[in-house]
Amino acid sequence: MSTSLDTLIRLAAKRFGADPAQLRAEDDLFERLGIDSFQAVELISDVEDEFDVELPDYELQGIKTFAALAQKIDARR
Amino acid sequence: MIDWTYSEGVYELTLATPPCNEIGTAMLADLRRFLDQIDRDAHTLILRSGLRQGFCAGADLRELYRGLSDAPKDQHGPQIRQFIDAIHGVMDDLDMLPLTTVGVVHGVCFGGGFELALTCDVLIAEKTARFCFPELRLGIIPGFGGIPRLRRDVGNGLIRDLLLSGRSINAKKALAAGLVSQVLASGEGITAARALAAQTAKFDKTAREAAKAFIKKLPKDELLAERELFVRLAEGPALLAALKRFVESTDLRPYLP
Repeated sequence: MSTSLDTLIRLAAKRFGADPAQLRAEDDLFERLGIDSFQAVELISDVEDEFDVELPDYELQGIKTFAALAQKIDARR
Repeated sequence: MIDWTYSEGVYELTLATPPCNEIGTAMLADLRRFLDQIDRDAHTLILRSGLRQGFCAGADLRELYRGLSDAPKDQHGPQIRQFIDAIHGVMDDLDMLPLTTVGVVHGVCFGGGFELALTCDVLIAEKTARFCFPELRLGIIPGFGGIPRLRRDVGNGLIRDLLLSGRSINAKKALAAGLVSQVLASGEGITAARALAAQTAKFDKTAREAAKAFIKKLPKDELLAERELFVRLAEGPALLAALKRFVESTDLRPYLP
């Protein structure tokens, strides 16, 4: 069964045209994907849609890695 | 800048000021110019963004900071009041146009951009749309009439959450709350808006205008109170300090709430 982390990485790779095999749990997702604030907002919408969760922005402050974001997603599922 | 076209009773007004249609004096003047030339026989206005990033990221904070930091402190209040009076005039006129106004929103719809969207009669959101009032982070409240306008549409609980947390919500949540009335896939919003315009064209002008006037009122007292509170807060030290942090920030993600 695919974990939230796997799904998140697949989603981010698809949105920003990256190779999911090259993305790691502890990567800084902003640096790794090279995304700006507008694209980050798009990613949050994708994540909420895919996992059917709401992620308040203030809970995402300081979240940098795919793993940390996946944890936040799991906490809201 | 903004562009508009007019054909068979339908205006399409497109915001196209990079990076994300920040509302400053130039955008305000463009909107006023648009309003002043409107053909009263038109039946529909479609308002949208031509930029990939989103509908509108809100007020032009860099321009606001320049204006305030260049002016003597005793001029801050009058300067803010002059801008806020002009923006309220534009927003109120958009709100009360005797046309059916349709906002098509995608991506970022934050702060003043959210407030601009709220002047529309019908809001169509694409799936990527996100709505947010980040103003408390700047030591102010939304000042373009957003809270009174939002109170016409959604419950006070959600408004308090948005206002007091500054968090953003997606299109699905906005639909569930009654903030928008349709959600479409990316790029499909304009097609839906044009279909609505074609439907609107079939209606009798008098009945259409009467229906809008009946259901949509300007919350004048609240708008006035909001304006006064905004000016009072904006004159305080928190706004200038927050604007300085924003302008000087090297963070690549300044728009993340």
